Amino acid sequence: MTRNKRTRITLPILLCLALIAAMSSGISRAHADDVPVVEITAKRFAFSPDKITLKKGQTVKLRLHSEDVTHGFFLRPLKLDEEIPAGHTAEVVVTPQTAGTFTTICDHFCGANHGNMNMTIVVE
Amino acid sequence: MKHPSRRSFLKIAGTSLGVGVLYSAYPTALAKGETGDMFASLGRANGERVAPFSFVQLSDAHVGFNGPPNPLGTKAFERAVDMINALPQRPDLVLFTGDLTHDTEDRDVHSQRMKQFQEISKKINAPVIRHVPGEHDAGLDGGALYREFFGESHYSFDHRGVHFVALDNVSRAKPEVGTEQLAWLKKDLARFPKTAPIVVFTHRPLFDLRPDWEWFTSDGDDVMNVLGSYDNVTVLYGHIHRDDVHETGNVHHYAARSLIFAFPDPTGATGPRKPVPFDKDHPFKNLGIRNVSFNGTPKPGSAPLSIEDVELTAREFRGINGVHQFLKEPNV
Repeated sequence: MTRNKRTRITLPILLCLALIAAMSSGISRAHADDVPVVEITAKRFAFSPDKITLKKGQTVKLRLHSEDVTHGFFLRPLKLDEEIPAGHTAEVVVTPQTAGTFTTICDHFCGANHGNMNMTIVVE
Repeated sequence: MKHPSRRSFLKIAGTSLGVGVLYSAYPTALAKGETGDMFASLGRANGERVAPFSFVQLSDAHVGFNGPPNPLGTKAFERAVDMINALPQRPDLVLFTGDLTHDTEDRDVHSQRMKQFQEISKKINAPVIRHVPGEHDAGLDGGALYREFFGESHYSFDHRGVHFVALDNVSRAKPEVGTEQLAWLKKDLARFPKTAPIVVFTHRPLFDLRPDWEWFTSDGDDVMNVLGSYDNVTVLYGHIHRDDVHETGNVHHYAARSLIFAFPDPTGATGPRKPVPFDKDHPFKNLGIRNVSFNGTPKPGSAPLSIEDVELTAREFRGINGVHQFLKEPNV
């Protein structure tokens, strides 16, 4: 197999793997400012994904989308306090400065099981 | 250092109330000197004579709740009403600290639940019953339906020399009081001297008890900055379905048990918040008694109250388990 052939075969595979990795982690790159974007969906009574990992000192944009009612996104240690309007998307840029494992909660009452609507943010 | 007499304005004594909390408030009306002057001033401000009285706090009835943690619905709430009515001394006040009803998006159903709450609570033999909403009452509609049934969600009143403040930290859907209510609170308290006895009743804790379980008020520090400048403040709250005692500066915080089910001790707990499972042999377990008593001669810097928590089934119904508990007459 020639070098060109190997490149033609491996490059798409690598791209696919990178795409899959990005999709599974929920992290992609924003075009304009090249800040990694983390997609998070809120729907009664869970966030998806329910766990993300960020790097200490690295700026990311959290793109928060509600699929139903208004939700909140609150985490005091990371200074996160966002409203996600019903059926809409909110964005917030964060640069975690403290390593650890944190629980982010929906702090906008959204129904009977609201009290357990949360997700984990790990900062490494 | 504060003078002890400033901290002893209230004698809060517990009694064996089956579900909930009974407070006996004995302002030191006979005190002389600075404290006596303070009560005289309050008497003039309030137009009321300062005198001993008792009141009851009940919380988190969740009328309409139907689920495994408590399949008995309003039984504990009804039991509490019976026990209040069996008290040897009729309480002057009953304070409900939120979650009177369980939430539903069906307005008609929620109205029915509020009516049912009122039907049960109106059987309480007390001249004054006051409420604040919980998030299950007011979180979905900004408190609109709650106000139709119970009136304003934040207000204040005076009773026998004690200033009571109802704070709403649920109607904005988020765990917060908000700038408007905070401004109202400052204005409301401005007329009182630093030594005034103040009881705040609200739903959520005003401090960070367990934020990841939403056991906090996001602008609670702002509220504490207002309350902290007064020497004799007691905060009564619900929401956490268990007893808890906390102190922030001069302010003492007390959580009441629920009338529907209990939550576990949050200390060291990980994972989702789950109610304590229902025990059919001890249906009122964890919906217990809290004895609150005055420390006698409090020392500067010490709490003016002491708390004894007693499980209902351990004392009131010793040796009587299961459904037999419902058959026993209240013995307070």
